[in-house]
Parts: sequence; structure tokens; C-alpha cells
Amino acid sequence: MALDSKIPNGPVADKWTNYKDHINLVNPANKRNLDIIVVGTGLAGGSAAATLAELGYNVKAFCFQDSPRRAHSIAAQGGINAAKNYKGDGDSVYRLFYDTVKGGDYRAREANVYRLAEVSANIIDQCVAQGVPLAREYGGLLDNRSFGGTLVSRTFYAQGQTGQQLLLGAYSAMNRQIGRGKVKMYNRHEMLDLVIVDGKARGIIARNLITGEIERHSAHAVVIGSGGYGNVFFLSTNAMGSNATAAWKIHKKGAFFANPCYTQIHPTCIPVSGDHQSKLTLMSESLRNDGRIWVPAKLEDAKAIREGKKKATDLSESERDYFLERRYPAFGNLVPRDVASRAAKERCDAGFGVNKTGEAVYLDFAAAIKRYGTEEAYVKGHDANDAALVTKLGTAIVKSKYGNLFQMYLKIVDEDPYVTPMMIYPAVHYTMGGTWVDYNLMTTIPGCFSIGESNFSDHGANRLGASALMQGLADGYFVLPYTIGDYLAPDIKMGEISTDLPEFVEAEKNVKDQIERFINNKGTHSVDYFHKKLGKIMWDKVGMARNAKGLAEAIEEIAALREEFYKDVKVPGSANEFNQELEKATRVADFLELGELFAKDALHRNESCGGHFREEYQTEEGEALRDDENFAYVAAWEYKGKPSDAVLHKEALNYENIKLVQRSYK
Amino acid sequence: MKLTLKIWRQKNAQDKGGIVDYPIDGIEPDMSFLEMLDVLNEQLINKGDEPVAFDHDCREGICGMCSLFINGEAHGPDRGVTTCQLHMRMFKDGDTIFIEPFRAKAFPVIKDLVVDRSSFERIQHAGGFISVNTSGNTIDANTIPINKHDADKSFDAAACIGCGACVATCKNSSAMLFVSAKVSQYALLPQGKVEAVDRVLNMVHQMDAEGFGNCTNTGACEVECPKGISLENIARMNREYLAASLKG
Repeated sequence: MALDSKIPNGPVADKWTNYKDHINLVNPANKRNLDIIVVGTGLAGGSAAATLAELGYNVKAFCFQDSPRRAHSIAAQGGINAAKNYKGDGDSVYRLFYDTVKGGDYRAREANVYRLAEVSANIIDQCVAQGVPLAREYGGLLDNRSFGGTLVSRTFYAQGQTGQQLLLGAYSAMNRQIGRGKVKMYNRHEMLDLVIVDGKARGIIARNLITGEIERHSAHAVVIGSGGYGNVFFLSTNAMGSNATAAWKIHKKGAFFANPCYTQIHPTCIPVSGDHQSKLTLMSESLRNDGRIWVPAKLEDAKAIREGKKKATDLSESERDYFLERRYPAFGNLVPRDVASRAAKERCDAGFGVNKTGEAVYLDFAAAIKRYGTEEAYVKGHDANDAALVTKLGTAIVKSKYGNLFQMYLKIVDEDPYVTPMMIYPAVHYTMGGTWVDYNLMTTIPGCFSIGESNFSDHGANRLGASALMQGLADGYFVLPYTIGDYLAPDIKMGEISTDLPEFVEAEKNVKDQIERFINNKGTHSVDYFHKKLGKIMWDKVGMARNAKGLAEAIEEIAALREEFYKDVKVPGSANEFNQELEKATRVADFLELGELFAKDALHRNESCGGHFREEYQTEEGEALRDDENFAYVAAWEYKGKPSDAVLHKEALNYENIKLVQRSYK
Repeated sequence: MKLTLKIWRQKNAQDKGGIVDYPIDGIEPDMSFLEMLDVLNEQLINKGDEPVAFDHDCREGICGMCSLFINGEAHGPDRGVTTCQLHMRMFKDGDTIFIEPFRAKAFPVIKDLVVDRSSFERIQHAGGFISVNTSGNTIDANTIPINKHDADKSFDAAACIGCGACVATCKNSSAMLFVSAKVSQYALLPQGKVEAVDRVLNMVHQMDAEGFGNCTNTGACEVECPKGISLENIARMNREYLAASLKG
């Protein structure tokens, strides 16, 4: 099967407008006759469900949490990009497009990224109209800050809770439609399979997580907005429940899975504290606006700090190595995430780490507190040479910008980051890979769409900060509502789809069989036992730095672990009740397949790009070395029964507007 | 650390339920409270017992899913945190810890420590929104300047995570702090003024229909709120409600 990305013809700046002018439309009366299932209610799923219902479609939305508002988009901290150029610092749609393609290390599809940049400004307008309280300046206009990988200030924010506020905006739009009966909301439900009738996605099988009942739901189209697969590493910044099951089930039913090895390791997370650790907590990238990252310049100082004989504040300026500022003078602490993460790992591997485990670097706000405090002292007419006063004033300003993040850090680590520098280390955060989609956001299964983090489309091999919120809302509010109409136009006379069709019966039986198998397995180890083992293989061999030998080993180890899992997993309780261990079992079963495909993809890609770093392919300075001649393509994998048997399909990436060069942030 | 846990176990909504004792050892002060429960559950599973069901998701204090009543306090003894951010260093070796679900008539127990908070959802359906469709043609976001003070106050109210600690804490099981936070967020913004009358009437009506109690201004909700939602929101909602009733 040849991949057709369905990118419209014409200049990149005109593609989306021309496309919208020529697609099929469904008239308002006919939209009432069409049902759409949306799985996941984060920024992408929530905004899509609300908008599709506003247009008149009958929407059924599903989430595994007890409310759509709890989807993990809620935890996004720093901000959302938009090419508004409110700062007059030279921003434009083209620049956002360019930065995103470059930030993605030239592995994203130009047409999709341009469309994303094009609709970005509308997202801010829409959210403000909904009553999202974005940060403002004293004049009453919207404020901006800077994020990594850009030279302009285009990031809108709401303190350190931007994701929460944007999600609550989408949730409020959903609530309005739920109240009108246009969205039927299924909380505490998990999709466990896709139903395909005559080659088209026509429904899902879902489990009611309270009663355990297996339910059939039909629709004319199915939209997956279930997020990423970072939890394949067990430890990540994802929520405990974040899972890849919906995305993986459609993969097994025919949707190609693209670029699984493109995973983002975020540089600023709170380091691991022990074996009991259940998840990792992000400290927003926005902190790199004001925080300076460093390690001791001398090995003996690093050792003394690890042994508790010295403190960070004991070291003078000359005894510190601000390694990002040193290596990348132009972008400094605001280099993209993949670059910052690798630089931190390089220092720690060289013995400069600053916590007990040797896997932490400092993120220091002393300079920012002094700078803000001095400015404030001048503004208020106080003595700018009074160090104690400057610290007090500066601390208040830093608190107003990042207060909730500092509080989170204090509660977890039990150290006050206003006084002692934060300790941070990279952690798995976001997955750029995902289900392959064409320009319409449709997977290789007709009628099955994938939006937000669950698709692969816009971020290439590395996502820039504050671009995930932008993509989720762009897909849900502004892109899918057009493209899905074009797909549904021929179905207006179809009528409701029966859930008694044999395809539904069969899919339901398969789901029930899998659940019975887990309940009756009576093995000896819990689901977490296997999940942690998988996570360790992934982190050690498929993590921040990969090589052919380790990847080959990982593939074998994961396959063996999967076999052991099915033989020996223990799931207490029964199928027909609220059973959290059973929920975990169905999710981990899918991670055990996905992890293997992930490693296979990483092994086949003999180059380094963005979040995919192969030790064999690096420049003399240790930067990622791409191979554009052989690897400027999207790797889309077709399921063939076992992850190791997956078949590779290539979508060539053609750059007509941006010239491929070695990425440099120096 | 060695602890005695006294945990509410209840098989399902119909079951009467009761407290069961669990001694536990080897707990480290750096563990979060939920990681301590993970350790317990791992031990229960290995012994062939049923693990304790509890709600949790983001484990970084923002999703509002976790909902434990610990030693008689919503989200436990620390202030300004959800249960997932509560750490074991807040307890002492040898402590006995009572762990119960959030209790309120409008929050029926589903299993063990898991409760049904869909009453909150229905209040939001009744009016927790501004009626604006997605069009791509809304006016430029900077067309309406908003005074920074009002924008900040609106944000403070919008920071509510909908966990229900206010209800669990209140002796009357009142949801006033939760409802007033949403009403205030919109009441403080020009975009929200158009529908202000209907919003407050509809949301309060739904709140009453769900069986939440009345507010007697004890202020316990504000103390236990993990996000520091202020009582002044309740005062604002009361003003909004009075004004709306007079207009209505």
C-alpha cells in the first residue's frame, strides 16, 4: 500500500485556504444524521468534541478519568505559541513555521507545519473569547514570554498552569454541548478496540470502568485523541493513567504507526529519588527564561557536593560551568529540549552531577532574583545597593511568575528553590511519533482520525516548547472540523449504524477473551512488576543515547518480557467490577508491543535527529548528525502480527520552502 | 518508617464498608503518600489479597483526581497540596493513619476510597461556560484590554482543580467554594458578563438539586483547598446571585 499524504497543490502559504475552498461540505440538517466518536478529552479531543457538536454532529466522547477536565493536557505548564507578533519583535507565520521545522530537525511535513502556524493566532482569539484568563500586562494587553529554540517572544501563558486553563476552556465548550445533549459524555470508560465495517472505522468497543461492562458504540467516524505513549518508559512526566491503548488498537487494525523512536526527553524535571518512584515531575521550560543551568567546573567540587561536604552556594562564579551558555552562546539556556538534555547528560556522565545518584544539574535563579530585584528597587525609588532588599523584591517577582512550580518543587524535594538552586535532570516527556495521518489527519484506516499527541504529524523529530498545546487545539478546533466534513459528506444518507453487525460481535468477543485471560491467569507478579522492567529496558537501551547493539538487545528482551508477562502476570479481582489492576494489565500489554516496535524503529534509523540520538552518528562536538540523503522520510510501520514483523513504509519528506541544513544554536 | 494504616474498604456502592487495619514497614520519608499506598498494594497483590482502590492520575497536584481524607483532613495534614503531593515526611515513625474517601451525600462511594463526583460535572453543564462557538472569526484577543488586577483575580478563581476537598471538609457538605470559583472566573471578565445572570442562577439551582448543603461561612473549605481558592469568591457569588434574582 502506497502512502498518500494528500497534501494539496500550490504554494505552501495558500494550501490550507485553497483546500478549504474546495472540500465537500455537509449541510446543517444532515450533520444531525451523523455520529462521531471522540476518544480522549484533552486539548485535542476536548476541543474537537466541542467544535463538532457546535457544528451539529452527534458526538460521543470517551475518557478514562472521572471527568474530561482531568486529561493530562491539564498538567502542561509553560505556555502556548502563536504567531501574533504582539511584541513587534519580528514574528510571523513564516517564522513560526520555520522555527518548528528547524526545531523538529527537518523531519516534519512542511504543509502540516505551515497550517499549524497559520491557525495559531486564531487559537489565542478563541481561548480569550471563551474566558481563558491568560496573563496580561498592566496596560491590559496579553503578555508573552520566550521558549526554547526561538529568538522571539511568542508564548502566551497563564502562570505555570497554561495547560490547565486552556483545557478548562475546551472543557467549558464541551460542557455547553453536553448540557444541550449534543455531546454524550462517557466518563470512566476505556476504548479497547476499533470496529471496522466494510473497510471503514464504524465504532469502538469500550469498557465501563465502574461496572466492567463491555459496550459497543457505533459512529460514522472515529477520532482518536488519546495522547502519547511516554509511559512505555514507566517513569515519565505523563499521568499514571496515560496510555497508548487506543492508538495501539487502531494500529493493530490497520493504522500505520509513524516514527515511534522520536521521543522527547525533557531537560528540566525533578530527578529520581528512589526505587519507589511512580512518576517524574516536570519543571516548566519557561523556567529557562530566568534560570541558569550549571554544574561545578571542577570534578572535586562535584564530588564534594555529592558527598554533602559542600553546597551549591559555596561555589563562586568562576567555579561554576554554565555549560549551555558556554556551548551555545546564541541561544544559551534556551536551546531546544533535545540539545539541553543531551548536554546535561554529557556533564553528568563526565562526573559533574550534583545529587547522590550523580544524575542532576543545577537550575539557578539567583541571577534572576538579583536582576528583577534591582529593577524593582529603581522603580520604587529604593536603594538598589541594599542586597537584602533587592533579594526580597526579586523573590516576589520570581514568585509571581513561577510560584506554583517553586511550590511543587519544595513539596517534592523539601528544599526551597528561592534560596538553593533547583536540581534537575532529563525525563521522558512527550512523544513526537504516533499514528501516521495524512493532511486530513486521517489514518490509513478510512474514517479513523488521529489528533494531538497521538498522531505524528507536526513536530518532526523534536517538539519545541509550547507547541504541543498549539497543535492539540489547532487539530481539534480548526483542522479536523473541516477535514472530517469532507470525509463524511458521502455518508449523509446512511442512517444510524447497527451495533448488532457481526464486526461488533467479533470485536467484543476478542476484548472479552483478553480480559478473561488476564483474570484467569493467576500468575505470580503484579502488572507494575512487568511495567517497571519494561521501563528499565527502555531507559537503559532506548533512552537518551542509543546504539545498534543495545537496541538489538532491547528488542529481544522486550519480546521475552512480553512472553513472561502473559504467562506470569497476576490480576486480582474479577472482570465485572471496578478493577484498577485489570485496567493496568490491558495498557501494559500494549506497551509491551509498542516498546519493541519503538526499538526496531530506532535501530533502523541510522542517523541522529532531534530526540533520536544514535551514538554512532554524531559530529565531533557531539551534536546529532543527520543523514538527509538516506533518512529524510517518515517511517510508517504496518502491523503484521508481531512488532518484529512490522513492515516499513516510507513517506518522503520534500522540502520546497526550507533548506535542509545542519541545525545550529551556537 | 513503620506505620499502621486504617483504611476504608468497601466492595461497591451497595456494600456497607468498614475500616481494615494494615501494618506497613519500610516506608521512606521521600515517598509521596500515594507511593506509600503503591507499596501497600504491591504487598497485598503478592499475598493474594485485593489491592486498595483509590483515584489518582497526574500525581503532580493539578488533575484533581486524587481525593483522600487522611486523619480527618481532606488531602491530609499538609497545606496547599493535593494527596499526591503529600509526602511521608509529614508523618512520624510509628504513626497510625486513618484513610477514608471524601464523604458527602453528593459524592457516593464507588469502591474503597473512590467516589463519584459527577455531581460537579452536572453543575458545570448547567452554566460553566461562555456561549461562543469555534469559528476562527472571533475578534483579535487584544481588542478587549482587561485590567491586570481583574485578570489575575479571575485566574486565581480559575485555578480550582475540582477535586471536591471543599465539600469533603465542610460540615454541611456545601459546594459553594467550587461553584463560586467558576462563577467568579467569568464574572470578573468582560466576556462573561453577557450571560452572568443565567449562569449564576442555573449553576446554583443545579448545586441545590444535587444535594449539596448550605454555606454557613465557617471557612474550613478555604483552609483545606489545595489551590488556595479564596472565600471572597463565595461573597462574590452571593452578590451575583442576589443581583440576578432581583433581575430575574
